[in-house]
Amino acid sequence: MPTNLPLLSILIWLPILGGLLVLATGDRRAPLARQLALAVAMLTLLASLPLWIRFDPTTAAMQFTERAAWIPAFDAWYHLGVDGISMPLILLTTFITVLVVIAGWQSITSRPAQYFAAFLILEGIMIGVFSAVDALLFYVFWEAMLIPMFIIIGVWGGERRVYATLKFFLYTFLGSVFMLVSLIYLRVASGSYDIPTLHAWPLGMTEQMLIFLAFLAAFAVKVPMWPVHTWLPDAHVEAPTGGSVILAAIMLKMGGYGFLRFSLPVTPDASQALDWLMISLSLIAVVYIGFVALVQNDMKKLIAYSSIAHMGFVTLGLFIAWRILDNTGAAEGIVMGLQGGMVQMISHGLISGAMFLCVGVLYDRMHSREISAYGGVANTMPWFAAFFVLFAMANAGLPGTSGFVGEFLVILASFKANFWYAALAATTLVLGAAYTLWMVKRVLYGEVANESVAALEDIGRREFFVLSILAAAVLLLGLWPAPLIDAMAVTLQALADHVVQSKL
Amino acid sequence: MNGMTQFAPATAEIFLMVAACVVLLSDLFLAERHRIVTYWLALAALLGTALCLAGTAPDGRVVTLSGAFVADPLSQLLKLFTCGVVAVTFLYARDYLRARDLFKGEYFVLGLFATLGIFVMISAHSMLSLYLGLELMSLSLYAMVAFNRDSPMAAEAAMKYFILGAIATGCFLYGTSILYGVTGSLDLGEIAQRAGELDRLDIHILVALSFILVGVAFKFGAVPFHMWLPDVYQGAITPVTLFIGTAAKIASLAMIYRVVVEGLGELHGSWADMLAVLAVLSMAIGNIVAIAQDNLKRMLAYSTISHVGFILLGIMAGSAGGYQAAVYYTLAYVIMAGAAFGMIILLSRRGFEAEAIDDFRGLNARSPWFAAIMLIVMFSMAGVPPLLGFYAKFAVLAAVIEAGRTWLAVAGVLFSVIGAYYYLRIVKVMYFEAPADTQPLAASLDLRVVLSLNGLLVLGLGIFPQALIALSTAALR
Repeated sequence: MPTNLPLLSILIWLPILGGLLVLATGDRRAPLARQLALAVAMLTLLASLPLWIRFDPTTAAMQFTERAAWIPAFDAWYHLGVDGISMPLILLTTFITVLVVIAGWQSITSRPAQYFAAFLILEGIMIGVFSAVDALLFYVFWEAMLIPMFIIIGVWGGERRVYATLKFFLYTFLGSVFMLVSLIYLRVASGSYDIPTLHAWPLGMTEQMLIFLAFLAAFAVKVPMWPVHTWLPDAHVEAPTGGSVILAAIMLKMGGYGFLRFSLPVTPDASQALDWLMISLSLIAVVYIGFVALVQNDMKKLIAYSSIAHMGFVTLGLFIAWRILDNTGAAEGIVMGLQGGMVQMISHGLISGAMFLCVGVLYDRMHSREISAYGGVANTMPWFAAFFVLFAMANAGLPGTSGFVGEFLVILASFKANFWYAALAATTLVLGAAYTLWMVKRVLYGEVANESVAALEDIGRREFFVLSILAAAVLLLGLWPAPLIDAMAVTLQALADHVVQSKL
Repeated sequence: MNGMTQFAPATAEIFLMVAACVVLLSDLFLAERHRIVTYWLALAALLGTALCLAGTAPDGRVVTLSGAFVADPLSQLLKLFTCGVVAVTFLYARDYLRARDLFKGEYFVLGLFATLGIFVMISAHSMLSLYLGLELMSLSLYAMVAFNRDSPMAAEAAMKYFILGAIATGCFLYGTSILYGVTGSLDLGEIAQRAGELDRLDIHILVALSFILVGVAFKFGAVPFHMWLPDVYQGAITPVTLFIGTAAKIASLAMIYRVVVEGLGELHGSWADMLAVLAVLSMAIGNIVAIAQDNLKRMLAYSTISHVGFILLGIMAGSAGGYQAAVYYTLAYVIMAGAAFGMIILLSRRGFEAEAIDDFRGLNARSPWFAAIMLIVMFSMAGVPPLLGFYAKFAVLAAVIEAGRTWLAVAGVLFSVIGAYYYLRIVKVMYFEAPADTQPLAASLDLRVVLSLNGLLVLGLGIFPQALIALSTAALR
């Protein structure tokens, strides 16, 4: 493959243009639209592989960069690039989108062309978010995501979809506009939208505090952190399976990515001053939301709350840096926390995606998400049960699965900071196991609960394919996380070195 | 300049006036079944005007006709834009008027005279010529609002518009006379000179400014001088609403630019806070009250009010960037409003006005293409990237923050979030609900094509925003 291809542009625009093509195919020619959508998604996945193969893990600088004039009047550039933080997230995006397209193959009967087109366009926009090096370009992609997601939840969602999608849109929109104001402020101060320039730009403490809080409004809603998490259970429950998967697997990562890309490096002193807030919110998410998950009757809601708890680990890992520095006097543990957060993001992307797909498999057959509607499913769907148990174990953080690696790294880093942080964070090992396995027990085991369960058919080849690929990924990342950790090591080290330097 | 050459910069206005008279006269002699000729003549008049404009592009800034008339890059841009917008308005209007037996030559003639008034306002370099243009435009518009004379609502709207408009122009004149007393001149160039020597808290200039701004705010529809706007938007037939919502907004921009920025720019310290109050009130009332509307034209009226708030914020910033942002925002708004009212015309047919929000229900099932166009326009008005409306808001916010008024920018974005709700409501009924009306869309091909292009322009200028930004920047260099 020639090395001068604009790889990132291809990754952004191929799915968007492909999505428009699918849209033009129309709902009447649904089979063609489906095949076309799958072809586009596969091509995008293929095109994203060179990103990993040719990635140079020895540098923290942006790679695969492209730069072209976009809006000279605002000094905004079409500037793309990836580093160790964004590269894995882009691969996650292309990978999950293929699975979502396959998963929606038969279960989407109303307006299939528009459904697949929305996901493809969304894919391109999300890759744009991860690869933008210009802050304005980042913001444009960031907000543009809302449009297809609004449509996806609203058109193909469950009964209360309109309420859920409006709530989703307005919550995230409200969070983001504050980020816009601070980006413009930064531009006025520094004269540039270039993200590396913003990283290096010195800022006073008051400015940093306000900018940090504005970023927090945008990113905390996306993560979501307690107490601005309430849109997530609604959106997840009402979204179609594919929408839930994309939301959980990729969109939630936008928040963590934003912290890594903006909050920590642009406002390090404010991050340090407010790390008590971030750590408390993270621990509340881990512990309190863990308890909330325990009492859910709706499977999707339970997984949604479990997502919030798991994302609490991500934010804990990202913001524990200064406590480690205070406690040990050394900066070594900082990278461990960052790595833990990153691995947790990727791993949660795979696991939560898989869990939602599993619920989708059941929902397609029974049209119910209530745990009480099931029981003894393992008797009629043994293959499905095997997958579901595997993903549930991964969700509970069983060693050998990807869920373990991230949690373990973050807990380890927390120990370096403060014993009690680690102790509270570690309650997730109990709580996570409790809510996940209790759900598995009630859904899969026991006597066959009713006639509908008795009539269930096991997963077909298509579903088997999707779940087995995810299972392989979860196990691979759990047993051999080295390639992922190596790819981001240098970038995260550079970030860790940067954030401990005061900007004042 | 002397002799005939002093008229040269005004060639377009002279041509337009003659052409409008020709259209008026020829319309008298046309049989009812040949009425379409008037339509074509009106379009030809606009085309000819645009060509005259292109042919007399000023090299820099030219003041002529004893200081009453100015031709500069800004006037060139706004006039060309007005020509285009009015032409599109006529095209949208044609089938609508025909289907309702309202296809009369007067609509086009009044439209042309209003356009002439707008041109005069755009090129005004004296308070007197500005007033002349303002009255010519306003009188044409009053008549246009009452165009459907059998409709009591239209009559009520026209009366309201006329009386309130008369009060506003009265205020404007009163302010002008005080300004004349203070500065001793009606020429905006001389006023600008004298203004530089005045104290910014001089009581006379503050009174003059207040009255002038009342007139400007009324024409713009800024809170608290917005009362006429929802009634007029709703009461007038949609093609007239379209005219008031688009071309007339360009005139309002020209008015505030010529008087406040060019004439009294030195007194920025005096009027900036007045504009800030008008802007914040407009954004607040416009966005909040729009939520309660069930009539789409009324909702768009309140949405206009909120957009006006943003335009005023740009002017308030008081920098070149702010003025450019205001011009850019106005042009962007005109493009979006054109598409939005075009959609209402598209969905309406004889005996049925698609004015209620519910009439858009299930549009995605009836016509996925036009549902997508409306989706683009609504998200653009809400200020979601990558659409035109976002960059307009962005340019204004950037100017406001650069002027050191970050809190006004925060207020602006907060009200935009509130505003997003009612735009989303339109998307909601189009996409998430089943159609109530299953009649196929009956619209002529050229309407469909132009409307589609209008909508795609909103998307295209969102992905490649530089083109329109560069135009607005170049106009104020």
